[in-house]
Amino acid sequence: MLKITDLVKRYGGGDPVLKDLSLEIPGESVVSIIGSSGAGKSTLLRCINKLVEPTSGSIVLNGTELTRLRGRQLREARRKIGMVFQSFNLVDRLTVMENVQSGRLGYISTWAAIMRRYPREDVRRAYELMERVGIAHYANKRADELSGGERQRVGVVRALMQKPEILLADEPTASLDPKTSEQIMGLLRDLSRELRLPVLINIHNVHEAREYTDRIVGMRYGRIIFDDLPAALDEEAMERIYSGSPAADRAGDMRQAS
Amino acid sequence: MTLADLGRDDWTRFTPRQRMTRYAAFAVIALAIGWALGSIEIIWAWVWDAPEQMGDLFGRMYPPDPTNLSTILQVLWETVNIATIATAFAVILSLPVAYLAAQNTTPNHATLWLGRFILVSSRSINTIIWALLFVAIFGPGVIAGIVAIMFRSIGFVGKLLGEAIEEIDKRPVEALEATGASRFKVIAYAIVPQVMPTFWAVSILRWDINLRESTVLGLVGAGGIGLILQGAIDTFNWREAATVLLAILALVIMGEIVSAWLRRRIL
Repeated sequence: MLKITDLVKRYGGGDPVLKDLSLEIPGESVVSIIGSSGAGKSTLLRCINKLVEPTSGSIVLNGTELTRLRGRQLREARRKIGMVFQSFNLVDRLTVMENVQSGRLGYISTWAAIMRRYPREDVRRAYELMERVGIAHYANKRADELSGGERQRVGVVRALMQKPEILLADEPTASLDPKTSEQIMGLLRDLSRELRLPVLINIHNVHEAREYTDRIVGMRYGRIIFDDLPAALDEEAMERIYSGSPAADRAGDMRQAS
Repeated sequence: MTLADLGRDDWTRFTPRQRMTRYAAFAVIALAIGWALGSIEIIWAWVWDAPEQMGDLFGRMYPPDPTNLSTILQVLWETVNIATIATAFAVILSLPVAYLAAQNTTPNHATLWLGRFILVSSRSINTIIWALLFVAIFGPGVIAGIVAIMFRSIGFVGKLLGEAIEEIDKRPVEALEATGASRFKVIAYAIVPQVMPTFWAVSILRWDINLRESTVLGLVGAGGIGLILQGAIDTFNWREAATVLLAILALVIMGEIVSAWLRRRIL
């Protein structure tokens, strides 16, 4: 279970990107976060594994407070948080197997990592997961030889190799064609069920959010303004999440503040 | 285009003012060249004499004298070894320097400046000057030559490698940090593979350069084929000097062939 309380993130001295945001993800549900560009979706996700340092607030994952962790403790917490990226973020010049095994880097010794001597159970798990998502026959290919959809499957397997307690996906389908992106969304949903894993997905495609996730969170300029089942996302809610100009919204903030 | 431009048939690339500035710049450059030529003392008689002297020298060099060929080839091999050993050590030593001198990997400001200081001091001093220094320290011989070439190469390889590190794709680095990997493992998995092609290209190029540089080390007593060349010139043994020069030419061509072949195989 992930519990975020009063999270604030401010870059420099400007307007905060996240404003006292609170969110709770119980159990193994698939939750999508929608909102226009600049709403703070990506920052929220990166605060959870501290790729972005939160300004204040608390993030608790299964009883561990994440915001205050440093050094080794932070790395150990990160092992429990898998992440899938919009542009896959694979190492192009390494093979698919090396990319997949890099999900285990937080667990294996430095020597084993450099010599590529991966533990047997890790190799077995890698083949099982790759087989599950349909890329096992690419194990020895270089990552840059694969197509977009296949590369994202490598990204998903790399995250799952960590045996994560939660999976974060930052626009996982934004670089893919419509058909492939539906496959990846279906895969994330199915894997969530199979591995009893909570999944948090930033997504621009509202249709896919409705179709493949259990719950939709709508963000607007650093705040959550919608949080309900997909069926409850009606025209009026869409209007609130996506319409209007940033300037008008900021003016609203200022009225509230004064 | 505005309406006023309709019907115009005159166009110039520069405004009169710009043209005058350009003429002024040319005049200044011409004056500078004239002043430079005037201030160095050229004995023109020797310049006009040069073709005759050159012919004379070639006459004394021909035919090349092969009596010491076996010694020359042996020392030539020593020269190759100087270049190769020095390159190998330089490449290894330049790795940590490149890591320090690259803005995106260096731990803090102090280490960044330390890295840059090592690169600049290594690069600003010519191999021959390093060699003079190390002949004074280690005494004449191969060791001084190896260390001299190594010192000059660290700056070259480190600089280019550091720039390659600064230009890598940062997204895989972010992804591996997110898995909870330590700093060292992130470097080994996300940074090293990305700079590998540059690493090999720079190492081969530097070996190629070092091969040439090691042929002149002997002139300051730092070992290699230059020692024999110096000896031959000092004793007016021009025919042996010719043999040495031909041997160096052959070596450089061989080096060119080998490095081209390596580049094809590895890159």
